[in-house]
Amino acid sequence: MIQIFKKEFNSFLNSLIAYVVIATFLSSIGLMMWVFPETSVLDYGYSEMDTLFTVGPYMLIFLVPAITMRSFAEEKKMGTLEFLLTKPLHDMDVILGKFFAGFVLVMVSIIPTIVYYYSIFLLGEPQGNVDTAGVIGSYIGLVLLGGIFCTLGILASSLSPNQIVSFIIGALLCLLFYSGFDTISTLVTSGTLALNIKQLGILYHYDSISRIDR
Amino acid sequence: MSLAIKNLTKVFGQQKAVDSISFSVSPGEIVGFLGPNGAGKSTTMKIATGYLPPDSGSVEICGIDVAESPTKIKGLIGYLPEHNPLYLDMYVTEYLIFAGRLNGIKGPELKQRILDIIHLCGLSDEQHKKLESLSKGYRQRVGLAQALIHEPPVLILDEPTSGLDPNQILEIRKVIRDISHNKTVLFSSHIMQEVEALCDRVVVINKGKIVADDQLSRLLQNRAGIVLIVEFKEEAPLSQLREIEGVSEIVRLSANKCKIISQPGLDIRAALFRFAADTNLSLVELKMEEYSMEVIFKELTGAESKL
Repeated sequence: MIQIFKKEFNSFLNSLIAYVVIATFLSSIGLMMWVFPETSVLDYGYSEMDTLFTVGPYMLIFLVPAITMRSFAEEKKMGTLEFLLTKPLHDMDVILGKFFAGFVLVMVSIIPTIVYYYSIFLLGEPQGNVDTAGVIGSYIGLVLLGGIFCTLGILASSLSPNQIVSFIIGALLCLLFYSGFDTISTLVTSGTLALNIKQLGILYHYDSISRIDR
Repeated sequence: MSLAIKNLTKVFGQQKAVDSISFSVSPGEIVGFLGPNGAGKSTTMKIATGYLPPDSGSVEICGIDVAESPTKIKGLIGYLPEHNPLYLDMYVTEYLIFAGRLNGIKGPELKQRILDIIHLCGLSDEQHKKLESLSKGYRQRVGLAQALIHEPPVLILDEPTSGLDPNQILEIRKVIRDISHNKTVLFSSHIMQEVEALCDRVVVINKGKIVADDQLSRLLQNRAGIVLIVEFKEEAPLSQLREIEGVSEIVRLSANKCKIISQPGLDIRAALFRFAADTNLSLVELKMEEYSMEVIFKELTGAESKL
């Protein structure tokens, strides 16, 4: 498993995918947190990180399938899947190796945002006036969300040998599981059924772990 | 038995790609697996390496059933797939290290193996290049090196020389011959010269069924007559020649020259000589052409056998 992980992660680094993903994620989140007036913490006035945790998932919906779209699609197309599957490995080694490579890349792109927490911590009036426990919960939620998106992206990648098809299916699946069930539940009139459907989606649980009030 | 295939069947949709074939390969043997395109060679090999599941029947590698412990047998096989899958963004040594580690070779042992294998496959000058910059012949060598990295007792090579130029074919053949003295090799091909150059035994498959499985020499003897090019000083008397015992076919090449094919297993040269002496014809040329594998192949696989 560790061999596949290393190979996958190296190929992220060699093919620039890693840098592009990290740069896109950080620059857009950074702009929204600190520059754009509608979402900026500085204009908002409260020492919170909600911008990161509400916009972040939507960024991940597009970035994670972009990371994972080649994982199986390309191996199939190049025939290298035959190479991997005729080596003394379990299928699970291959799948887990690819999953963790994507997951670690997502974590690497999230980790630098801890700087934002420190900035807000210092900017608070009085200093340190941040809901630290809420932020920790939100980070756990965001990282786990990245993990779920990776699994969905890899599933989508294994469905088609075409990377673009994989990407679109992956993004669609991520969107469906993240907020799709939430939207569907609003169409249902029965209260308990609506709640049950809502609970199938990730958003319900993500909000719960983040303590975000919507 | 190093490799035993029993009643193997694989169906793709309506088509039986492999139709209950059985054969086995003993240790140290080189077996050529022959057949026209789409005969089921690659399918059989993919099943033998555990990449595809069979619909019925079984494959055993060194006495271990492929379906029962696929991971174990994959370590015993060196497999070069037909389209030679390479990670083109890797370097030669990087790729070999990756292949070696997947097979559980580590540390100094792996280093030594890679040095040996690079030398064996003639990759010394190319070892620091990226795979995408290698020519087809060198890529094929890397594929072979990858299959050999863990010193497997069984080698399965799917058309190892397809698409190579004649020099490269000779070099790859040499590598296969060099490594084969203590290994079991099953390789597929549709190039006859290759089989003649490398194999002890051939298994011929057509439309998913085995049509011949024999020692090469015996197959040649039993199936094939000899081909003679005969030139007389006078016009060749075809009708009389046809009556010589053992002649199966005569083709006129020019007025004085003809091609005579004997019946399988018969040598008609002496008879031909006597005929010339009896009829006072001067035989100016008598050249023997071995009835090659190619003809046998055509005969067995049902293609038109026209010389």
